[in-house]
Amino acid sequence: MLLVKAFCIPLPPQKLKINMNNYETVFILNPVLSDEQAKDTVEKFVKVLKKANATVVNTEQWGLKKMAYAIQKKSTGFFNLIEFTADSTVVATLETEYRRDESIMRFLTTVLDKHAVIYNERRRKGEFNKGPKKQIRKAEERA
Amino acid sequence: MTLMNEPVKRAEVKPKYCRFKKNGIKYIDYKDPDFLLKFINEQGKILPRRLTGNSLKFQKKVAQAVKRARHIALLPYVGDGLK
Repeated sequence: MLLVKAFCIPLPPQKLKINMNNYETVFILNPVLSDEQAKDTVEKFVKVLKKANATVVNTEQWGLKKMAYAIQKKSTGFFNLIEFTADSTVVATLETEYRRDESIMRFLTTVLDKHAVIYNERRRKGEFNKGPKKQIRKAEERA
Repeated sequence: MTLMNEPVKRAEVKPKYCRFKKNGIKYIDYKDPDFLLKFINEQGKILPRRLTGNSLKFQKKVAQAVKRARHIALLPYVGDGLK
C-alpha cells in the first residue's frame, strides 16, 4: 500500500538540468596571419561563446610563440587563451567552430576544477610573475 | 665476508617526499612548461614516481599536465637535450 501511495504523489516539475562549468581553452593560430587577422579570429571565437550564453572571464594573447615541434610544417604560432563559464554543451559548439576555421592549428579545451579556478585568479593578478605574461610584455616592447 | 650484509652509507639515504603535498600546491598548470620540465627527462619522457617522489595523486596530475602541454606544443613529444 505504501508503495502505491508513493507512486501517486506527483513529482515536482523537473528543472532543465544545466551543467555550468568553468572552462579554459587554448588555441594556436596560423603564423601566416597578420596581427589584425589574429585579433579578429580571437574576437570571432569570443562572439561564438557569447552567442552560446557563455560568460567570458578572461582572454589572453601570448603573441607569436615558438612551438616545441612543427605543426603543419610551421614552427611558430599565435597562442591564445580564453577562460569562460558555460554550460557543458557549449564546448561542442566551440570545438566544431574550431574545426571549421582553417587558421586554427591546434586547440585544447579543459574543465577547471576548484583549485584551478583559484590558481587562474591568482595567475591573472600576476602573482606568478613569469611565463606567458612576460612574453606579452616582451612582444609589446618589440612593437 | 663478515661485512656482506652490513648497511652501506645508510645515513645518506634521505626519505622521499611529495613536493606538492609539502608545499601545498593543489593545481598543476599545463601552461607552464618551465615548471613541468622538472618532471621529464632529457628525451621528454615523464619521470617515474620512483625518481620524483611524487604521491600517486600528484603524479597523475603531473602526467596529465605534461600530456596537455605536449598537445598544445609547449613541450615536445620527443626531444633531445631538453636540459
